Amino acid sequence: MTATAVRTGTTPTPAPKRRRRKGGGAAERLWQASPLTYITLLAAVGLSIFPLYYMFVIATRTNDAIGQTPPPVTPGGEIGGNVDRLLSNDSAAFMTGLVNSAIVATVVTVFVVFFSSLAGFAFAKLQFKGRNGMMLAILITMMVPTQLGIVPLYQMMYEWDLHNKLPSIILPFLVSGFGVFMMRQYASQAVPDELIEAARMDGCSTFRTYWNVVLPGLRPAIAVLGLFTFMEQWNSFLWPQIALGDPTNPTVQLSLQRLSQGYYNDYSQVFAGTLLSVVPLLVIFIIFGRQIIGGIMEGAVKA
Amino acid sequence: MAVQSSTRPEVAPGQRRGGSKPPMEPQRSRGVLGRLDIKYSPYLYIAPFFVVFGIFGLWPLIYTLRMSLYDWDLGSTVETAKFVGFDNFTMFLGDSDFWNSVVNTIAMFLMSTIPQLILALILANALNKRLRGRTLLRMGVLIPNITSVAAVSIVFTQLYNRDFGLINWVLGFVGVEPIDWTARSWSSWVAISSMVDWRWTGYNALIFLAAMQSIPRDIYESASIDGASGWRQFWTMTVPMLRPTIIFVTIISTIGGLQLYGEPLLFTGGGNPLLGGSDRQSQTVTMFLMEQFYMKFELGRAATVAWLLFILIMIFSIINFLFTRSLRSADGKAKQRKGVTR
Repeated sequence: MTATAVRTGTTPTPAPKRRRRKGGGAAERLWQASPLTYITLLAAVGLSIFPLYYMFVIATRTNDAIGQTPPPVTPGGEIGGNVDRLLSNDSAAFMTGLVNSAIVATVVTVFVVFFSSLAGFAFAKLQFKGRNGMMLAILITMMVPTQLGIVPLYQMMYEWDLHNKLPSIILPFLVSGFGVFMMRQYASQAVPDELIEAARMDGCSTFRTYWNVVLPGLRPAIAVLGLFTFMEQWNSFLWPQIALGDPTNPTVQLSLQRLSQGYYNDYSQVFAGTLLSVVPLLVIFIIFGRQIIGGIMEGAVKA
Repeated sequence: MAVQSSTRPEVAPGQRRGGSKPPMEPQRSRGVLGRLDIKYSPYLYIAPFFVVFGIFGLWPLIYTLRMSLYDWDLGSTVETAKFVGFDNFTMFLGDSDFWNSVVNTIAMFLMSTIPQLILALILANALNKRLRGRTLLRMGVLIPNITSVAAVSIVFTQLYNRDFGLINWVLGFVGVEPIDWTARSWSSWVAISSMVDWRWTGYNALIFLAAMQSIPRDIYESASIDGASGWRQFWTMTVPMLRPTIIFVTIISTIGGLQLYGEPLLFTGGGNPLLGGSDRQSQTVTMFLMEQFYMKFELGRAATVAWLLFILIMIFSIINFLFTRSLRSADGKAKQRKGVTR
């Protein structure tokens, strides 16, 4: 929760096993997972996965699957046809949405990671006047809800002729107060002062010190911040809806909205869309799940 | 996050080691360039944040306040807009549609947050045991959180479909007539809250789990020797010791919950989803804001609603803070220990 905790990307170790004998029966039994524990957890996991599984089932079937009794619970073989209809559906512009979301999420992630680690390094390891005051100011910015600024922001984008263009949903998110905070905490713990001292003795400029010494040390925190930023941008909805009014140039989430509200009867097509929109994040989650969980448990994801 | 951490930001990280100064001090002797580098480059490194936030965060914020005092529509400028003072505010405070959106928002916020936090505590307690397949179970409960609001809403809207939704089909077995979930306030509250719960319970469980793992296990040991049951230990020891985390999670859920937008918007569907249905049965405050902004192009009034929403969030954050703080607190020693681990 607090940043002192942002230490590693790995999950904290559970109960030390050596307590096993020492504590005697009663306390030991408390940490033993009972069948009820497993039932509770398996039920929770089942409920968590079911809607995604259902999405998959409908996406692989024809439209009559929806009205059937009993409802289908196994996947069919129609995924190809559903995806074809989806991609040839001009009003959804789904392919454009996927590409746009990938561009936006990647660009924002790179900048957030770069700017946050640079500022975090300055706040953690460099000395300058007004440092604590400025850090406090950054923390305060984290408490303002997005809704408060969207009306003038829209006007601004309109005047600068950026509305309906990707920069309108990229520019406002290039920095992150949370990112700076997280990087400062991580840098102050994980990068030893001695290392920076040594780099300075060797004649490194502060930027080279950052680039060659600090940045490699921040790698676990960068992974976590990068993953969260990417997911947040991929899933973002309210501001893109305002800023990208042009239906031919959506993000993937806007395509989904248009699909679900325009083609309400072609469920298989809509579900194929939701499936395709979720798959990239599922892949990331399967690869980096451990780091993501570690990041949340260490309090990294308080955005 | 900021809520908690803002109490201690003045601790400079470098000062931990017996008050030693950060390693890069300006006054060491180096070349002119080197001195300039050490003295001024920190400002360069933090500048991007302040520049970008200043333009896209702070300036709109100030401008919102200004716009809320004007009759400002699409195409208005500072010169052409008519100054109306607090008229926009008084108008909305007497507007039943606005209050309807407030009631909807608060109802959905309560119906989602309370079960969510209780379920998350129970889940965290289960995950805190010695388990086989620990990582897989954690990933399993977190999966909903990586899906987007749009995808979640589309799938759940289908599950809640009146005629061929899975939920009505299952309810049919226990003799419940098919429910038209979008038609009424209470039913749409239930449906939308369930989407929010589905997406966030596992996430909150992991935050609680992290806090639970920092509670020293020997105090449970002595409680067990004194004969306290597992359930009793959960309520009289675990929950009080988690108090700071519970406060934190509640405040974060409050801020998020009162901004509810995507789920009700996509759940409503129909002719004009921003209205939340024909009787505004599921219109939230943010949807009401968007109605002023994106349907009526009353930018000044939309700015006013933004401020009213912000005030609402503040009020509820304070209420929730006071409420959760009054939860039975753990003894001073435990608190102190917690302070160290966090």
